[in-house]
Amino acid sequence: MHENWNGFKEGIWQKEINVRDFIQTNYRPYTGDARFLSGATERTKNLMEKVQALFKEERQKGGVLDIDTETVSSLTSYAPGYVDKENELIVGLQTDAPLKRGVNPFGGIRMVRNACKAYGYELSQKVEQEFRFRTTHNDGVFRAYTDEMRLARKTHVITGLPDAYGRGRIIGDYRRVALYGVDRLIEEKVKDKAALSDTTFNADGIRLTEDLYKQIKFLELLKEMAFMYGYDISRPAANTREAIQWTYFAYLAAIKEQNGAAMSLGRVSTFFDIYIERDLENGTITETDAQELIDDFVMKLRLARHLRTPEYNELFGGDPMWITESVGGMGEDGRTLVTKSSYRILNTLYTLGSSPEPNLTVLWSTALPEDFKRFCAKVSADTDSIQYENDDVMRPCYGDDYAIACCVSAMKLGKQMQFFGARCNLAKLLLIAINGGFDTTSGMKIGPQMPPLDSDFLDFDSVMARFEIYLKWLARLYVNTMNVIHYMHDKYAYEKLQMALHDSSVERFMAFGIAGLSVVADSFSAIKYAKVRPVKDENGYITDFVTVGTFPKYGNDDDRVDLIARELTYKTITELRKTPTYRNAIHTLSVLTITSNVMYGKHTGATPDGRGAGEAFAPGANPMHNREEHGALASLNSVAKLRYEDCRDGISNTFSITPEALGRTDEERVDNLVAILDGYFSKRAHHINVNVLNRETLMRAYEDPEAFPNLTIRVSGYAVNFHKLSKEQQREVISRTFHEVL
Amino acid sequence: MSSTPVLGHVHSIQTLGTLDGPGVRFVIFTQGCPLRCACCHNPDTWKTEGGTTLDPDELTRRALRYREYFGQRGGVTLSGGEPLLQADFSTSLFKKCHAVGLHTCLDTSGCILDGTVKELLLHTDRVLLDIKYPSDSLYREYVGCSIDAPLAFLNYLNEHGIPTTLRQVIIPTLNDTQENLEFLASLIQEHPCIDGFELLPFKKLCSVKYERMGLPFRFADMREATQSDTSPLEEKLSQMLSGRL
Repeated sequence: MHENWNGFKEGIWQKEINVRDFIQTNYRPYTGDARFLSGATERTKNLMEKVQALFKEERQKGGVLDIDTETVSSLTSYAPGYVDKENELIVGLQTDAPLKRGVNPFGGIRMVRNACKAYGYELSQKVEQEFRFRTTHNDGVFRAYTDEMRLARKTHVITGLPDAYGRGRIIGDYRRVALYGVDRLIEEKVKDKAALSDTTFNADGIRLTEDLYKQIKFLELLKEMAFMYGYDISRPAANTREAIQWTYFAYLAAIKEQNGAAMSLGRVSTFFDIYIERDLENGTITETDAQELIDDFVMKLRLARHLRTPEYNELFGGDPMWITESVGGMGEDGRTLVTKSSYRILNTLYTLGSSPEPNLTVLWSTALPEDFKRFCAKVSADTDSIQYENDDVMRPCYGDDYAIACCVSAMKLGKQMQFFGARCNLAKLLLIAINGGFDTTSGMKIGPQMPPLDSDFLDFDSVMARFEIYLKWLARLYVNTMNVIHYMHDKYAYEKLQMALHDSSVERFMAFGIAGLSVVADSFSAIKYAKVRPVKDENGYITDFVTVGTFPKYGNDDDRVDLIARELTYKTITELRKTPTYRNAIHTLSVLTITSNVMYGKHTGATPDGRGAGEAFAPGANPMHNREEHGALASLNSVAKLRYEDCRDGISNTFSITPEALGRTDEERVDNLVAILDGYFSKRAHHINVNVLNRETLMRAYEDPEAFPNLTIRVSGYAVNFHKLSKEQQREVISRTFHEVL
Repeated sequence: MSSTPVLGHVHSIQTLGTLDGPGVRFVIFTQGCPLRCACCHNPDTWKTEGGTTLDPDELTRRALRYREYFGQRGGVTLSGGEPLLQADFSTSLFKKCHAVGLHTCLDTSGCILDGTVKELLLHTDRVLLDIKYPSDSLYREYVGCSIDAPLAFLNYLNEHGIPTTLRQVIIPTLNDTQENLEFLASLIQEHPCIDGFELLPFKKLCSVKYERMGLPFRFADMREATQSDTSPLEEKLSQMLSGRL
């Protein structure tokens, strides 16, 4: 046994790379309350003040503090950077100075060039020169895109595709570096690579061999990077501070190498807890020290940035990194995975103040310890900074050592990864279908060509038959487009370090998505239960609808329409599954829009449900704004009817409620929120974002953003600083349904 | 044995009620009220006609869809309007709720106490009793009935040991008085069935409803109350009860 493992219980984790086994044999579940927690120390407060000052400066400079335009971001390309070297417990920055952004042109150089320009910088000739003869991911994709794929992007029927920047949504098992040290990881990879010599060297075999070569090389670079900061991470971490530092170095290396859209962290808190418990028992640290180390780590995560274009920021409401940390959950043996460190990481929302990052995600189970449930509810009510996902629904699929990438995408740590695929616009597809292959918004023909539907009133069966024809067409196009993107990403921007922190043989998901689910469900309901008269323009295309009569609306726990929504997700994933994927990835589907529901709506004409042309969609799987007539739980029940089996990449629901509507006293509010979460999740719902705030607060923040620099709100799958949203997005958030007392 | 269900006239349903009874509750607002309280915030529930006609079976089935959210304390609340005005229906509903194990709570003014209401109370787990003013004259002026009715109702609740929460909307100048507090304190002392009280600030959010319906809102010019009006009163009342609640 390595001396740095002294005090740990032995297990198969020593013989093979198996962090889960290490956790299971060594962690200590905690079922008590939050009273043991420490507050922020003077050191933490002082350091956080410096960080806050940097944030302020960044805001004042229009969102970007500084850019290093001379250096291509990689593990060892910058000198070590510090916020305050003497006072930092956990070190490491993406570049040589805090909030200074690096350039990462591997995904595509145009994006980098434009981003520099937008903030008053120019990408250096040095970098331009370097990439003149280099193929980026973006170059590769556009070499292979067909005309139809380009058209699908142009008409916005498929958007947000990761074809010009890093795809992200891959979580390296960063804990492996702390537990095993890099040398052991290299040793295993070398063995795996050698074992491949017995297999057939077809394209797959050759690619995997080259992948492993790259992984090994980047593990070496990781050691070198840490060495520049004065650490030797070739060996296992010896104590809490090292465990956090080693893990952070691994994460830091990943975000130096990759500018993926979502760069999630995994599930580290209970892993750290094992080191903390050992050190507490040894008497080498106190509770205050433990919190201080977690605080310092989280502070670093809050400083992480990627250089994005203003258009990107507009789409996502700021420049989120989705540094998602999954907290809590239950073990397969029935013990809770909640430890004191689950509390400690949530406590950073108090010690450091509320914040959108890291994206703290509680894996909720009805079996979680009651005290922990109440603590989470309290943190939600106080900070609006956590989201909840159903561990009872995910655990049977992923076991008990999975984590969430981005907002709602679950994967086994170190064993599964996903090919991220943004989403297609189902509402637009419905309009294209009705018009026989014509997109009235862009004025372009797309898809199979046939005459627009022709009848005085739309007939449910004919519209559904039409919709299915176009869904079949889109599904095939969507899979093929994704295949191109991910083939090229693997070829030109492979995630060498993140994949080095996976098993050599991984399972892959291909994650498709839909936007506009509630719009389409309500539209079909209107066609079925009310009378919808299409209105044609001078060219004979249907551009508007007159809807007479009432119809059941999604969000009221009415099966007549809720089951239409469920059927739509089933039909979509079933069609997608018919086209094979690159690297035999498993097709998955999400109902998640992030903040792009505003943009999707903008590019979509009027719909039969009465939504006007250009009006925002509801986010994710939410019912459309202000169509709920029976209060919050009816709305939750509607969303809960969507099946996780059909939407294995997640079903996002954003829930906003005023404090008054949640109960009379703080204690009642906490109790009621726990009851709501338990109820929602025992209905097998997948995800919920909880905001407990007043519309008036948002109105004030809308008028005077500077007065609310830290106002955090949850939106589809993540959290944002309200002030970072565009005015349009802010208005949309304000106009959303707030469950309130009337 | 099958019989025609007693249909109820329902104004609306709120699936997430957290203010009308313990825990998370499925609240059914009935249509129709015999009183005309000047402070009423639901004038749209006054008329006995209108609303949706629903049978107790259907309502119980709907409430059951939310059972998972009720936890240990929640359940179904009948509010209004005045549920006592449809006591047959209310009784049938509560019986059915009890048959499937749902906690029942009745939010009422206590203005009717006849044989059917007494049967309803047999199936009521908790009553939220609204005592509006401390005097008969205020009752006659701003409620439209004698104070004797709610007091008789309260006596009946006490005799039958039905857990009761006393509620009152605090309307500045009308009942934010010492006299009122003394009245409430004596009610609580004399009626051990009362195990809690809530003083709610008078709000005027409802004025739009009056406008829309073309009805005069008698308290349109009354000052709204806030937590800072009600909290000191609640504290005082607690002191007067010297720890009884």
